Amino acid sequence: MARIAFHEVSKYYRGASKPAVDHVSFEVAESSICMLLGTSGSGKTTLLRMVNRLIEPSSGTITIDGHSILEENPIQLRRRIGYVIQQVGLFPHMTIAENVRLTAEIAGWSKARMESRVDELLTLVGLDPAEYRRRYPRQLSGGQQQRVGLARALAADPAILLMDEPFGALDAITRVHLQEELQRIQREMRKTILFVTHDVEEAFRLGDQIAILSEGRLVQIGTPVDLLLKPANEFVSRLIGSDNIQRQLQYLPVSSAMLTGTEAAGRYENQPRCSSEATLLEALMSLIASGAHSLIVYDEQSQAPIGTITLSAINQAITTARHAEAEKTTASPTH
Amino acid sequence: MLLVQLWQFILDPANAFWDHTVAYLEVCAVSVVLATVLGIAIGVAVVRSPLLSFLAVNLSGLMRAIPIIAFLAAALPYLGVGFKPTIVALTLLGIPPILLNTYTGIRGIEPAIIDAARGMGLNTRQILLRIQVPLVLPIVAAGVRTSAVQIVATATLAAIIGAGGYGEYIVNGLYEFKTVQILAGALPVALLALLIELLMGWLQRALTPAGLRVQETALSEAARA
Ligand SMILES: Nc1ncnc2c1ncn2[C@@H]1O[C@H](COP(=O)(O)OP(=O)(O)O)[C@@H](O)[C@H]1O
Ligand SMILES: [Mg+2]
Repeated sequence: MARIAFHEVSKYYRGASKPAVDHVSFEVAESSICMLLGTSGSGKTTLLRMVNRLIEPSSGTITIDGHSILEENPIQLRRRIGYVIQQVGLFPHMTIAENVRLTAEIAGWSKARMESRVDELLTLVGLDPAEYRRRYPRQLSGGQQQRVGLARALAADPAILLMDEPFGALDAITRVHLQEELQRIQREMRKTILFVTHDVEEAFRLGDQIAILSEGRLVQIGTPVDLLLKPANEFVSRLIGSDNIQRQLQYLPVSSAMLTGTEAAGRYENQPRCSSEATLLEALMSLIASGAHSLIVYDEQSQAPIGTITLSAINQAITTARHAEAEKTTASPTH
Repeated sequence: MLLVQLWQFILDPANAFWDHTVAYLEVCAVSVVLATVLGIAIGVAVVRSPLLSFLAVNLSGLMRAIPIIAFLAAALPYLGVGFKPTIVALTLLGIPPILLNTYTGIRGIEPAIIDAARGMGLNTRQILLRIQVPLVLPIVAAGVRTSAVQIVATATLAAIIGAGGYGEYIVNGLYEFKTVQILAGALPVALLALLIELLMGWLQRALTPAGLRVQETALSEAARA
């Protein structure tokens, strides 16, 4: 239970000539991850911090399940929203267990309940409670600290999680590790997550939806596939790298390149098959592995053959976006 | 021989060693307490204002550069002589280290820690008591340690403006060239300063949370390895 909606939200900082957030409206569906993607200074952090009222909007409203957050006591609001930041901000004088249980302690949980909750959460984020409960933040690596940061944010079981570049300070390998952990945790917990990043790869990997911000304005919001297939303008296609072949193969579904018509399916009983929900990359891999000229695409639900996919069809699909891009750039001097 | 004479001097009721001890401790204790209260209060008060903190930090630095004897001499026409001006002088001497440490201690708390605490829904009081105070207290204690030792060492000068204490032995002893008398004043002061240093050092360590000490041990372990 937690759908977040922004209605015409703006933020003008005192003394600034331009708004940091400019009439932004969109919704984050319950139990989904929405990535806020944009370059530095595009207003991502400002937008995120308005949700737990660390920053107050200048105009507009933000609702959670239809109720305006401006009518709620900020302290109470924050206690039902998890908050994770890049610098983690663990309390250095408290043990890991004390850090994790602080919100539960303030909420007045019993000691026994808190202790079992701490163990449960540390296990969830991949830290052995027996080893880590009594350690101090300074005895942990950056990646381990952020695991604790995540456990701490989940302590009181909030329905909403706000994450501001949580993995931005970690090395590439640790970052991917934690992204995978978050995906695993999310499959279990089904939180509504608003996640700030400037890393396109991260946005594609984690996002159910990606909201692209530029100079405080929402430029486009959609699924990763939406953005790849229909970038709203040149800014978006540049930002997400619409001409990035690897990304297209990785995220575009087979259905975007499939040749409809199933007469071929009947003729070749032993032809290799693939699901309609597979990615182009997966289809390409099985084409190469099987040495076949084409794969039969089966509908994921009905298991019925619905089309075929070939190497040239894949090639066609990933070049379409690039051609569209090239036409746009050659056409632009006439403006 | 000298020690026997010293012991006799101390025991001689005519020298009122006990009264001098009480007077000395009183001057020191009152000054340390006042300097601590004022140093922390001013440090906390200026921390939010860049202008005020600039003034406070620089004035404190300046104060530490002025010799206390010059200060006593300058204040004499206004404050007169006796217990009160001594307290004023020693308190002023003691404020800067405490003020500076309070200020730098508060400023030294990583902003992300406070941001995380606010984001979790801690209220101002909870942030103060659970986060800020435990993190700043050991640094303030280090300031109090410096101040207390300075005050104890300087309080002998109080005799010059008639506040009594061990300083009287030293001043008179120097005047009359009596080694025993000088020692009767100087030795207790040295002992007391040492005692305060040890006591406050212990207090400072006791106030430092284990989580802040671990880095040192980790580093020294790494150095040994
Ligand atoms: N406290 C503040 N006061 C004034 N301007 C601010 C403040 N915080 C952010 N800004 C400005 O607002 C804009 C958006 O900042 P921010 O939300 O932090 O962007 P992002 O998180 O996308 O990097 C920037 O131009 C930044 O300089
Ligand atoms: Mg930011």
